[in-house]
Amino acid sequence: MYISKINISLRKTILDPQGKAIEHSLKSLGFDPIVDTRIGKYIELKINAGSKQEAEKISEEACKKLLANPVMEDFTFEVTESGGKQ
Amino acid sequence: MAGVKAGVVVFPGSNCDHDIYNVLKHIMNTDTEFLWHKEHSIGDRNLIILPGGFSFGDYLRCGAAAKFSPVMNEVISFAKKGGVVIGICNGFQVLCETGLLPGVLLRNENLKFVCKTVTLKVENNKSIFTGNYDIKEEINIPVAHGEGNYYCDSNTHMELVGNNQILFRYTENPNGSLDDIAGIQNLHRNVFGMMPHPERASEKILGNTDGYRFFKSVVESIQ
Repeated sequence: MYISKINISLRKTILDPQGKAIEHSLKSLGFDPIVDTRIGKYIELKINAGSKQEAEKISEEACKKLLANPVMEDFTFEVTESGGKQ
Repeated sequence: MAGVKAGVVVFPGSNCDHDIYNVLKHIMNTDTEFLWHKEHSIGDRNLIILPGGFSFGDYLRCGAAAKFSPVMNEVISFAKKGGVVIGICNGFQVLCETGLLPGVLLRNENLKFVCKTVTLKVENNKSIFTGNYDIKEEINIPVAHGEGNYYCDSNTHMELVGNNQILFRYTENPNGSLDDIAGIQNLHRNVFGMMPHPERASEKILGNTDGYRFFKSVVESIQ
């Protein structure tokens, strides 16, 4: 069994108004060193696959077909083996 | 209006389906039916409308889950054969997610849900969707959305402009849309999406009939 930890964020070229709003709040709390804030999504998949490579392939396909929209979003993921059996 | 056989797709979470059904059936007097999203056929329908609402709760991204409904396979092949498909509000988002229209609808720039009547400028009246409007005519149509901020890359934008695919622009941009875009058609001119709601402005009792000629244009073009 594998765990895929997927991060999806708005592409760098796209303005992230949510991130900007949160950044203003952080600034008003005194977090002056924070210079940029981007908000994204975190998705965790538990994948029953024969190998890490297969789990990565499944993660990639899931991101491309549904989880991310390439017009506006970028994605990254990290697959690790999980101890638990099915 | 016997030639038109309209199908209004109903997804879980659609909430403008009855408004569009009412306009097509009772104002435009067309043969109109609902199409539940689990249907595997669109039957003899020759006009498909994807209504506004929050299909599948807008989970993940607006319109993202709706594209996998069984009926959408049929809608996509119907569109690819030249069939007329219209998406309004959430329906526009679904059309972008399916790739029948280019681009995407982002969160409104000011992060607020905008619900008001806006003024649109008719940028192209040589389409089957806008033939009954005058070029550069200004019309008032309501909007109600949190994610109507149209975005596409600069190449796509140049194509939209170059091919006269932008049919409506906002005169005062309510959501941050690129180039004030309110509604676009595809390159083949048979698929159209817009964020504003003409179905909420098509009969006198509602106090605004500026949307009526949108439906009139479509219905006349299909007959």
